[in-house]
Amino acid sequence: MPLRVIVAEDSVLMRAGLTGLLDRFGHTVPAAVGDAPALLGAVRRERPDLVLTDVRMPPGHTDDGLRAAVELRRTDPALPVLVLSQFVEPAAAEALLDTGDGAVGYLLKDRVADVGGFAAAAERVAAGGTVLDPEVVQRLVRRRRDPVGRLSPREREVLDLMAQGRSNTEIAGTLVLSDAAVNKHVRAVFTKLDLPADATGHRRVLAVLAWLRSGR
Amino acid sequence: MRIASAWQAMDQQPLRFLATGWPWRSLGYLVSGAALGTVVVGAFAIPASGLVLGGPVTAVATAVLLVAGVLAVGPWLAALERWRLRLVDDEPLRPPPDPPGRATGRWRSGRAWRETGFAALSVTGLAGLDACVLGFAVVVPVVLFASPVDDPATWPLVIIGVLVLAAGPWTVAAWAGARATLTRTVLGPRGAELGAGLADVAAIRERLLGAFETERARIERDLHDGAQQRLVALGVSLGLARLDAGEDTALAARLDDARDQVSAALTELRDLVRGLDPRMLADHGLAAAVDDQARRCPIPVTVDLRLPERLPPHVASAAYFVLTEALTNVSRHSAATTATVSGRWHADQVVLDVRDDGRGGADPAAGSGLAGLAERVALVDGRLRLSSPDGGPTLVHVEIPCRFA
Repeated sequence: MPLRVIVAEDSVLMRAGLTGLLDRFGHTVPAAVGDAPALLGAVRRERPDLVLTDVRMPPGHTDDGLRAAVELRRTDPALPVLVLSQFVEPAAAEALLDTGDGAVGYLLKDRVADVGGFAAAAERVAAGGTVLDPEVVQRLVRRRRDPVGRLSPREREVLDLMAQGRSNTEIAGTLVLSDAAVNKHVRAVFTKLDLPADATGHRRVLAVLAWLRSGR
Repeated sequence: MRIASAWQAMDQQPLRFLATGWPWRSLGYLVSGAALGTVVVGAFAIPASGLVLGGPVTAVATAVLLVAGVLAVGPWLAALERWRLRLVDDEPLRPPPDPPGRATGRWRSGRAWRETGFAALSVTGLAGLDACVLGFAVVVPVVLFASPVDDPATWPLVIIGVLVLAAGPWTVAAWAGARATLTRTVLGPRGAELGAGLADVAAIRERLLGAFETERARIERDLHDGAQQRLVALGVSLGLARLDAGEDTALAARLDDARDQVSAALTELRDLVRGLDPRMLADHGLAAAVDDQARRCPIPVTVDLRLPERLPPHVASAAYFVLTEALTNVSRHSAATTATVSGRWHADQVVLDVRDDGRGGADPAAGSGLAGLAERVALVDGRLRLSSPDGGPTLVHVEIPCRFA
C-alpha cells in the first residue's frame, strides 16, 4: 500500500536521497521540509500516513526534530513517526517510546543505506509497529545483563531481533533458521524472562521492550 | 649543573661539597639565626618582665606594648630572614608585591600576619633548633675531645667525637637547607601574588583550552553536517542502484561491496565524532560517559570510578578524553582480552589508571596517540606515565590536579 510520507531533514542531499528512496518503493512525499516548525505545519496540512524526521534540525540545531516528533505524537498518539538519528541516544528512544504504544520507530541514520530494510521498517511503523535500532536494543539488553545472562547466545539474538520489532518470519530469515526453530527460541525467551506467553505480533514487541526498560 | 643552594650542593656532589663554601655558609646561616633569636628574644624578655613584676595595670600595659612591638618588628624581621637566606641559597627570594591601596593592605591580604608569625617562629623555635644543631655538630665534639684531659680512660670518646665532627658539615647544611626551604615557602609570593608572569601563563592555558573546545565542536559539526550526511546519501544512492542492478550480477556484487565500505566508513566516522562530542559527559557526568565508552569497547572492560560527583569541567573533560583515548588504544593496538579502568580522588588529585593484559610495547613516539594524550593531560597541569614492557601488560597512569574551591 503506497504511503504518504512527510520528510523532515535539513541536509538537502539527504532530503533528496530519502525522497528518492521512498519514491522508488512506491510511496509519495507530499512535503519535504528542512526544519521543525515547517514539519509541524506540514503535518497539520497534509495528514500523512508516516512522518520521517531527523533529530538534529534548525532552528535550534540540537534535538529540535525529536521534540517535534514527541509533540506530534502527544497531540495524535496514533500518528506513525520514524525518527532518524546521527547517534544512538537511548534517552531519545525512550522519550519516543513513552509517547504511546506502537507506530513509532527510532533508527540510526546509517541504516538508511540498507534501502530495502529501511523501506520495510518505514512500512512497519506506518502499519502501527515498533522499530528500534539494534544499537538501542543492545544498550537496553546490556542494562539488564543479569537475567539476560540466562539466555543462550541464540536466544539472545532472537531477543535482540524481537525488540527491534521483527516478526518470526523475519527473524528466521535473518538468522537462517526454520520458523519452527525460531518459535522454539521465542518460547524459551518468554519462559526464561517470565513474559506473558500469549503476546503475539505487536504486543510481543511491547512486552519485550517493557521488560527491557523495566530494568532501570 | 649550576649549584644554587646548600641542599643542591650536598645532593649533587656529596664529597666535593666539603671543599666548597657551602658548609661554612650553612654554619654562618645557623650561627646568625641563633644569634638573631637570642638578641630579639632578649630584647623582648626585658620589658616582658613587667608582666610578672608589676601590678595588673603594668601587666596589661606591658602586654599591649609587647603585641605592638611584635607587630612592628615582624615584617622587618621577615625582610631580614629573606636577606639572610642568600647565605644558603643563591636564588634571591623576592618579597611578594605590595597590594595596591592603603598601607593596611599588607595586613588585610594576610601577608604581614604571615610574616610576623614566621618571624616569631624563627626567633624562638627555629633559632632554638639552630642552637641545638650547632651544639650537636660543634660543641658535642669539643666536649668529647676534652674528656680524656680529665680522665684518660675515656679516650674512646674521642673516636665518637671525631665521627660526630666529621658528620658536622652535612648535619649543619641539612638543617640549614630545611630552614631555608621553610623560609622560602612561607615568605615567598603565593597564589595571586605570583605576579603577572604566571598569571599570563594561566591565561594562555585558559585560552588554549577554550580554543581546543571550540575547535573540537567545530570539527564535530563539520563532520556531522558534511561528510556524514554525504556518506549516508551515497549509501542511499548505492542502495537504489543495487535495486536496479537485479540479482546475481557482477554489478550487484560490486554494489554490495561498495555499500559495505560506506557502512564501515560511517561507523568509523561516527566513533570519531562521538569522541569529539562528549555530549554524554555534559548530560550524564563522567562515570556514565566512561561506562558508555567501556561498553562500546570490543573487549570486556571493568570500570571502577570513585570520584567526586561534580568534578571541575576542565578536569572531567580531560579525564574523559584520556580514558576514551586509552580505551581506543587498547582495542586498536593491544590485542588484550580484558581491560580495567579505575579512577580515584585523593590528595587533591584525580588519579586514573587504564590497564590491559595485551602485548605491551606501546611507544609514545610511534604515533599511537599517546603523545597527544600526554599533551592533553599537560594542558591541565597533569602528567601521564606509561608502563608497557614488550609482552605486556600495559598501564597508563594519569594524575590530574583537582582542587575544589
